[in-house]
Amino acid sequence: MPPSLQLSVALPELTLSIGAMALLLVGVFTRKDRAELVLGIAVGVLVLAGFFVLRGSGTTTLFGDSFIVDAFARTMKLLTLAGAAVTLLMSVHYWRGAGGLKFEFPVLVLLATTGMMMMISANDLIALYVGLELQSLALYVVAAFDRNSARSSEAGLKYFVLGALSSGMLLYGASLVYGFTGSTLFTDIAVAVQPSGTNLGLIFGLVFLMAGFAFKISAVPFHMWTPDVYEGAPTPVTAFFAAAPKLAAMALMVRTLSTAFPAVTFEWQQIVTFLAIASMALGSFAAIGQRNIKRLMAYSSIGHMGYALVGLAAGTVDGVKGVIVYLAIYLAMTLGTFACILAMRRNGRMVEDIDELSGLSATRPLMAFLLAMLLFSLAGIPPLAGFFAKFYVFLAAINAGLYALAVTGVLLSVVGAYYYLRIVKIMYFDAPAERFEPMPGVLAAVLGVSGLFILFFFLYPAPLVNVAEAAAKSLF
Amino acid sequence: MSWPILSTITFLPLLGALLIVLLRGSDESAFRNARFIALWTTLVTFALSLLLWRDFDPTTAQFQFVEQRAWLGPIKFHMGVDGISLPFVLLTALLMPLCILASWASITTRVKEYMIAFLVLETLMLGVFTSLDLVLFYLFFEGGLIPMFLIIGIWGGPRRVYASFKFFLYTLAGSLLMLLAIMAIYWEAGTTDIPTLLTHGFPASMQTWLWFAFLASFAVKLPMWPVHTWLPDAHVEAPTAGSVILAGILLKMGGYGFLRFSIPMFPLASAEFAPLIFALSVIAIIYTSLVALAQEDMKKLIAYSSVAHMGFVTIGVFTLTMQGLQGGIFQMFSHGIVSGALFLCVGVIYDRLHTREIAAYGGLADRMPLYACCFMVFTLANVGLPGTSGFIGEFLSLTGAFRVNTWVAFLATTGIILSAAYALWLYRRIIFGKLEKPSLKFITDLTWREVAVLTPLVVLTIVFGFYPAPVLDATAASVDALIKNYHSALAAAEQAHIALAP
Repeated sequence: MPPSLQLSVALPELTLSIGAMALLLVGVFTRKDRAELVLGIAVGVLVLAGFFVLRGSGTTTLFGDSFIVDAFARTMKLLTLAGAAVTLLMSVHYWRGAGGLKFEFPVLVLLATTGMMMMISANDLIALYVGLELQSLALYVVAAFDRNSARSSEAGLKYFVLGALSSGMLLYGASLVYGFTGSTLFTDIAVAVQPSGTNLGLIFGLVFLMAGFAFKISAVPFHMWTPDVYEGAPTPVTAFFAAAPKLAAMALMVRTLSTAFPAVTFEWQQIVTFLAIASMALGSFAAIGQRNIKRLMAYSSIGHMGYALVGLAAGTVDGVKGVIVYLAIYLAMTLGTFACILAMRRNGRMVEDIDELSGLSATRPLMAFLLAMLLFSLAGIPPLAGFFAKFYVFLAAINAGLYALAVTGVLLSVVGAYYYLRIVKIMYFDAPAERFEPMPGVLAAVLGVSGLFILFFFLYPAPLVNVAEAAAKSLF
Repeated sequence: MSWPILSTITFLPLLGALLIVLLRGSDESAFRNARFIALWTTLVTFALSLLLWRDFDPTTAQFQFVEQRAWLGPIKFHMGVDGISLPFVLLTALLMPLCILASWASITTRVKEYMIAFLVLETLMLGVFTSLDLVLFYLFFEGGLIPMFLIIGIWGGPRRVYASFKFFLYTLAGSLLMLLAIMAIYWEAGTTDIPTLLTHGFPASMQTWLWFAFLASFAVKLPMWPVHTWLPDAHVEAPTAGSVILAGILLKMGGYGFLRFSIPMFPLASAEFAPLIFALSVIAIIYTSLVALAQEDMKKLIAYSSVAHMGFVTIGVFTLTMQGLQGGIFQMFSHGIVSGALFLCVGVIYDRLHTREIAAYGGLADRMPLYACCFMVFTLANVGLPGTSGFIGEFLSLTGAFRVNTWVAFLATTGIILSAAYALWLYRRIIFGKLEKPSLKFITDLTWREVAVLTPLVVLTIVFGFYPAPVLDATAASVDALIKNYHSALAAAEQAHIALAP
């Protein structure tokens, strides 16, 4: 096939990058108050990219095998694009209340998403790094996007400093891996790495590599930045952080570990198990004392990444399938919850205290009901979707014989249930506070869709599970 | 039967809940409509369950009214009932309309939400008893936590928040271990289909672990000593109907779990650890009976007595004799009626005086003769007086226990004496004596609605006391098959053991 035709495989990425650059021009050359138009077009670009992703089929590689598009990549890309598009839409109302949208925001989100698409499709250490940095640089800027707020600036700076450190570790690990295997291509690394007589240097490289990944998915002990960044960043940005980049980084980690290092599964399994247990534990315990709902969501996301890692720790097709199901359901739950958080607005100001939700069931019954269901789902109570997410990852862990991990995980999820219940308690058992402002249509729609999804997922779970299975099989 | 009667029974309450969701407004007329929708839904469900009973064939141990549909790949949507689950389906369907009636006047806030929670809870409870797939079972089993959490937390007493959290987290911790066991079963047997698993024959070493994981869940739910502490709190704080459901049905899920899963699937472990169950049950019977004696709060007293009565159930079930198993099942059925009725009786006077403290009452027989009469029937049934349903269950359980271990039977029997002590003493303090407290001077007897709630329960308590055959006949074939399978599994293990010996 001539190279020009092969480029069509990367059409989604091309769409996003061309779209981002074009929108930059549009933003500069139109009036300031047209920023919402830019945002609208950006969402359109994301949808178009999603459409191109859907059109692909089979497994194709590009640019000397460093870029791969397979069922796994397509599934994860669709989820990431959906997360980015929905968070962009949800942000419109917020910016109107916060002194107007600046057109750079949608452009930066598009660029970050391009980086995520690269990460998901990376089949080479260099491609991996390029994608990761493109994503991260854009994210550092959006974290500090509210430049008049000291906390937002602090969030951006903190994220940047720690992120740079983690990139350094990742690069160091990548160079060690390259040094000991002689290649940056995943397929070549997989050939070079042999289970017998594993080289210590290579393991060092792997550990550093994983430290970099763990930072991006905010797994303990590389989670320190998460609560501060989540709290400090403007709320739509927090929603975006919780949704899209987590998915992309997890996809990157899954692909790297299972395609480049299948021979040393036993070694990385131990690290992943540790990351999973530490994240689940810290996510559950540290969230208990939180008063700020964004901070609570930060710890909650740390915990959820821990559960997703349980599936990866299994190191099997079933495990990866579990991870994908988990991430898809996590995305739906996160978007729904953030739709509620973005609707917590009184007298023209956002409120972020959990206690502000007091008695929500009396003032806004439907919102309270859906949020309660989302929280029960996050806690993993059947028959809500969150239960199936946990079900598949633990199913894989049991099959892989990781009993200690599974038992610890489910017991920690009881602790986790406590802080979700606390929010339900505040909404349902406490005396009503003043009403929130009416929920903007977009947020209501997002909340409604995600609420219906998690409520009725159990009726027909087969499609998602089948897609996840096909995607997971393409990696092995 | 051509139409899926089990799914209809199970999901009909959910339909009722959806109807209530669609009701507009939150004024008195909307509340009235919500109450009527809930009442009619539960009544129709009950009528359907009677239809189920009529068409049920008691001569076979096979699962009947089986439905199967594709669901989660290898995990199927599979429903059916046999002699062991049928009584529980009937009990659930019977108690629900009474609960709705009992909440008719006492629940005045958020009536729509209350009715929705109860109807959803009914669907989930019926699903527990009708599902024939472990994952499906788990879904219903654990899903019940959400409505019950809200029922206790929203409409409960002063310490409702503490009680609802304790209830939720205790039960969740137990069931999650069972979930892991279900996953292990899935990988071992390649299926979660219950009829297939009943004859699977798990390796002996695995049985022990799985048995304990299931025990963790069912022991909390039942509850067994020492994990019973959530029950008194939950009972005391829950609204009346919530207590009825808790005592009447949710506790029975634990006993049902032992009968449906632990014994048939893990016979070797059940045989090995039956003494452990006996020990825990005997402690539960004696200890909680003594604790019940010291209670100042009526609901707490009945809650502790429930724990003691569940002790008889576990003893009976793990004797693995025909009498013991039948007794255990009957005891659960009877306790569902009697303890439910006792909580309703407490609710009657609580609605009038808004206190559950025993000391606040006395001499009610003067002004509330009808009430005193109903309460007496249930008190005596709780004690296990011959001629009431309570007697049949305890007698059969103890007969079974006597055949297996006389000491267990002896110690458990002291529980009956203790139960007479606390139950009759409670009755004396509330009903007899002089009516001298000023607050009681104008207390009124049962209203027609309360009569309508309590009459069926009085009738059933006495009828089943004299003629328990309907329930016992329905369960006989299934229990018989359960015992046969159990003994053949033990014999097979014995054979294998001998074959291995040099």
